[in-house]
Amino acid sequence: METREIKQPAIIKETNTDFEVRSLDTICINESQMQHAWYHSLKYLVAGLFFGILLVKAEVISWFRIQEMFRLQSFHMYGVIGSAVVTGIISVWLIKKFKVKTIYGERIELHPKQFNKGQVYGGLLFGAGWALTGACPGPLYALIGTGATVIIITLLSAIAGTWVYGRLRNKLPH
Amino acid sequence: MQFWEWIKQPWPWYVAGPLIGLTVPLLLIMGNKAFGVSSSLRHICAACIPANIPFFKYNWRKEAWNLFFVAGILLGAIVATQWLSSGAPVVVNPKLVNTLQQYNINDYSSIVPVDLFNWPSLLTLRGFILMVAGGFLVGFGTRYAGGCTSGHAIMGLSNLQWPSLVATCCFMIGGFITANLILPAILNL
Repeated sequence: METREIKQPAIIKETNTDFEVRSLDTICINESQMQHAWYHSLKYLVAGLFFGILLVKAEVISWFRIQEMFRLQSFHMYGVIGSAVVTGIISVWLIKKFKVKTIYGERIELHPKQFNKGQVYGGLLFGAGWALTGACPGPLYALIGTGATVIIITLLSAIAGTWVYGRLRNKLPH
Repeated sequence: MQFWEWIKQPWPWYVAGPLIGLTVPLLLIMGNKAFGVSSSLRHICAACIPANIPFFKYNWRKEAWNLFFVAGILLGAIVATQWLSSGAPVVVNPKLVNTLQQYNINDYSSIVPVDLFNWPSLLTLRGFILMVAGGFLVGFGTRYAGGCTSGHAIMGLSNLQWPSLVATCCFMIGGFITANLILPAILNL
């Protein structure tokens, strides 16, 4: 007799004890304890697609819009970021209040962020890069999609910047 | 058909902003994922060039969702440009148009200033600083700060994290100083 395997996402114990990922860098981290087959990730491709369309249609990936923002010549960028934050705050508050679960029934977890000096030094450096390129990381990907192929070089340079940070990390003040 | 015409215009902030904000609950509900883009750069390092650096030694496959997400951003931009755009030039504040004219930047046909961002100008000092050095600062700065506009300014502030507010303020200060005091000198090169 064969025992039929139950196709269910297996809940595994957290084995990632990498405090580098968990403590200083609590942002953009996968809080799910579940493991899924790769194709479950396709839904994030769809979410990205939705986000990419928004970035282009809001023109927030435009160097011109970024210059207007830093010269206080337009409200547009402030409006976009401000209303996105307000929507986010309300959403997170609702999720906490009604203990909303993920589509897999997992409890939604949000990690607090710890302060370190990197947020100041790194923040200033990123701000400079944002003003020069007119793009933050999301728009870098979007700009390539709009046909500005030279931005591939800017993206590669950003990857190099991340790598150099990783390399120099323990020598930098945090 | 009027709706379609409207879609093809640039979207006002009060439409695009709240929809961008909805990415936060969307990713949380899809699978407990905290919205953020700059981490993808780290995952790419971890996957391709870890070089035994502790910062890149972790199970990046667990974070592969983030790579799917950024691939989606690229596809979304293709969709928006190909099918959802009117092709009209970017409308910019006349004051900025005047300023940029001094530096021979007159082309508003594309979302990026083609006068500045193109393959041949990579070999000029101006182009190199804007595209290569600028990109480097984006990658280095976001990781040093532990996040970017999405991870800190949108996700972090949504969760009312004060370190994210500090980071966001520093993004703005760095940008204001660079755009107003440093960029003019670079554009003159």
